[in-house]
Amino acid sequence: MSTQRLSALPPGRFRDTLRRLFGRAPLHLVIIAMCIVWSVPTVALLVSSFRDPRAIASSGWWNALFHPAQWTLTNYDSVLSARGMSDAFVNSLIITIPSTLFVIIVAAFAAYAFAWMKFPFRNPLFLIFVALLVVPLQMTLIPILRLYSEITIEGSVPVIGGNFFGVGSYSGLWIAHTAYGLPFAIFLLRNFFGALPRELFESAHLDGASDLTIFFRIVLPLSGPAIAALAIFQFLWVWQDLLVALVLLGDPKLAPMTLQITNLVNSFGSNYQVLTAAAFLSMIVPLLIFFALQRYFVQGILAGSVKG
Amino acid sequence: MIGRAWWIPWLWLAPTLALLGVFLVYPSVDTVRRSFLDERSREFVGFDNYQTIIDNPNSLAADTHAALLNNMLWLTVFTAVCVGLGLIMAVMTARVRYEAAAKAAIFVPMAISFVAVAVIWRFMYEVDPDVGTVNAIFSELGKDPVAWLNNTQSPQRPFVDLPPADSPAPFQVNNFALIAVGVWNWTGFTLVILSAGLKSIPDDVMEAARVDGAGEWQIFRRIILPIMSPTIVVVTTTLVIQTLKTFDLVFVMTNGRFKTDVVATLFYKEAFVFRDFGVGAALAVVLLLFVVPIMVLTIRRFQFQEEIR
Repeated sequence: MSTQRLSALPPGRFRDTLRRLFGRAPLHLVIIAMCIVWSVPTVALLVSSFRDPRAIASSGWWNALFHPAQWTLTNYDSVLSARGMSDAFVNSLIITIPSTLFVIIVAAFAAYAFAWMKFPFRNPLFLIFVALLVVPLQMTLIPILRLYSEITIEGSVPVIGGNFFGVGSYSGLWIAHTAYGLPFAIFLLRNFFGALPRELFESAHLDGASDLTIFFRIVLPLSGPAIAALAIFQFLWVWQDLLVALVLLGDPKLAPMTLQITNLVNSFGSNYQVLTAAAFLSMIVPLLIFFALQRYFVQGILAGSVKG
Repeated sequence: MIGRAWWIPWLWLAPTLALLGVFLVYPSVDTVRRSFLDERSREFVGFDNYQTIIDNPNSLAADTHAALLNNMLWLTVFTAVCVGLGLIMAVMTARVRYEAAAKAAIFVPMAISFVAVAVIWRFMYEVDPDVGTVNAIFSELGKDPVAWLNNTQSPQRPFVDLPPADSPAPFQVNNFALIAVGVWNWTGFTLVILSAGLKSIPDDVMEAARVDGAGEWQIFRRIILPIMSPTIVVVTTTLVIQTLKTFDLVFVMTNGRFKTDVVATLFYKEAFVFRDFGVGAALAVVLLLFVVPIMVLTIRRFQFQEEIR
């Protein structure tokens, strides 16, 4: 590091400190400039969402920083009541939560089999799963839509709404998202399960424990961090999805926030009082997860980096 | 391992096999089949759909050549800038005390959906300098405001005075403006992974090099880069997959207008707006063909990891 070379220089602690400060000034400048560029867009959106509609259209968002008295909640009031964002928020939760739980359950069983059971074709089968990780979703959408439109069970599900199955149903979306999430989920959990100490399993078997007992009493309780990372990754992936909802949900009443905001962009192009508040609403949950569970969040994203 | 009936493992795998079979394997095979059939998937048409993508006739709703070229631009520029910037920032932030805070600030956009990112940047790019931040800075610098998302001229146009002229695809202001948004969204990802890779280099290796008189640049070239090259490969393949899937961002920001379509947005239009399942399926297969080398690479890497376990 440059400090070592500096310490070899002639005396004068003052001059030394000065040199160190200015020698490192470009480093700090670049990092801080980068952080500002990376934060300003989100801050601009947040600030604008609290401004009066006329003010948004006539003066830059930075003016609002000097007039905090003018801040208002009317934009949120109008997108939540008149623009369907409160329904969309609930719809996003209805879509995301079951899709996340299903993936964890189904993948955990498969991952256990891959990690601790012997059966023919185990390794080739796992390689196929690894290959499926990167298959683009686009490859599946046309046949799934055709299939769904043939087997749609029409009606209206109590409480949450939508058809019972197929196009325009939440259940159809849950199952599709579960399937799309599986290759990555199995990959992540199998690596974690496989790294658990073998002695644990051997002694449990000696005590006469069955696979189910070992799975529920030993493997799952020990796998908290991996399951948390998986849950966060899958939750965000479904929460942020636009394409699958766009293709498989026909009914705008069922739309999650991503789809609702896309519709608002198409109909309100530059009415930023509507768009900024709507966009920020969709960011609240992911941002809360990010700041509360940063460690698992980063692990989940890092581990899921290859998902197609 | 204990003795079990042969069918027990398959029971544990049954839900997974059923779901993957129905939602990934069967549809992929079916999409390949449909790419050789007509728009309603009735008659066999051979390679006609692929020929249509190559010929790019005017009858087609969108410009397939532009979309392919735009995807190539995303593939190269987006990937190179994200990896380069991530690497530089990983090395730089490792030298300051507020490293965690700086990395978090750059990582936050990863938490935001592409749809919300698109809204954020439509607002940033707004033409009116009293609304759009980028044009506000431009007008402070005495430049004319730029319609970042509509402008199909060459990318240096906003910065230097040139006579107006159309630029050959894909080198357009709006494509670069869109890619910049992608970079803003994804650099945090490369930064965090590369920074973790950097931390895994033992301190004494670096110290030894410094004692031997190596400069910072030499340490970067001769030690950091070689040790981190596997990590850089992983990050790069991930970004390449991302660029091939680029859909939401372009769909919400421009919907492919002003020659900004990419293969994934074109696929959506052909398959679900114009209901041409033949060309739509063929476009999906084109995406898959781009992914195949990465698939092979991923499997190789996985097999290697298994061997050293």
